[in-house]
Amino acid sequence: MDERMAKPLVIAGREIKSRLMMGTGKFSSPQVMAEALEASGAEIVTVALRRVEFGNPQDDIISQIDQQRYLLLPNTSGARDAQEAVRIARLARAASGWDWLKLEVTPEPNYLLPDPIETLKAAEILVKEGFVVLPYINADPVLAKRLQDAGCAAVMPLGSPIGSGRGIKTAEQIEIIVQQATVPVVVDAGLGLPSHVCQAFELGADAVLVNTAVAVAQDPVAMARSFRLAVESAAEAIAAGPMGQSGAASASSPLTGFLR
Amino acid sequence: MGKSFLFILELMVIILNGKERSVNGQKTIAGLLEDLGQDAGRVVVEHNGRIVTGDGLKTARLQEGDVLEVVRLVGGG
Repeated sequence: MDERMAKPLVIAGREIKSRLMMGTGKFSSPQVMAEALEASGAEIVTVALRRVEFGNPQDDIISQIDQQRYLLLPNTSGARDAQEAVRIARLARAASGWDWLKLEVTPEPNYLLPDPIETLKAAEILVKEGFVVLPYINADPVLAKRLQDAGCAAVMPLGSPIGSGRGIKTAEQIEIIVQQATVPVVVDAGLGLPSHVCQAFELGADAVLVNTAVAVAQDPVAMARSFRLAVESAAEAIAAGPMGQSGAASASSPLTGFLR
Repeated sequence: MGKSFLFILELMVIILNGKERSVNGQKTIAGLLEDLGQDAGRVVVEHNGRIVTGDGLKTARLQEGDVLEVVRLVGGG
């Protein structure tokens, strides 16, 4: 029996109640977001840091997130290099009141792919400053290892580009990352359907992060619930001991007593 | 007479969230946030590259050319 998903997820020594992490961007309203978070069962929720737009009152998402219940994971989105990421991280720590951080450095706008060199540089600085760093990375096993060795609390390889909904295009690389990881592997980005979440866990991921797939669904609350059920389904299936695969058929019906 | 009077009303230009903005001389960051209708508990301020919090907002006076960033947490992935 494979009980790995039956055990709680632990990141930086802290037990996390759900293996589904939720982003809070792109929701049509703070109320819909709050209901979707509730339906998702997530404990860790990501947020971003932006300039206040004076004279243009914006929806206050944060006041809708009960911080007794959810753990805020601020990201460094918008950072184009290590220096910008470190600056955003320090401001985010002041804003959130604690030191957990999703480190992301995405210098090019079309695919928002993370810059591995700047991400590693920033991670090294931030770990020294006491941050609990969860870096968003391409599914590169060597980089994942380097970040783990640098003291990151988890690694967050992408399935496909952020917000693309294309699912896991990096399966073989993620399997290698999982094999060598001593920190949790959180598959982030590109997960568009509950089936993608199941696949992530089947590949050995410890957790997943979903945002756009829920936020832009016609019914975000129902979609959030479906993602929660996908995590539960994957956990049960993995504990139940999945069958092996083979190239040839293996009859399900008796091979005797044919009417011929 | 007028010199100190003029000094109080003197405008200076700071860079606030990337844009030039005229503010009255001798203003504190807390005073500016109040003018802007911002709750100091909901934003984070970076003053010339240094994060200023709590009572620091009440004591830090703005100077001509200061660079101020006022940021907050928003929804994100």
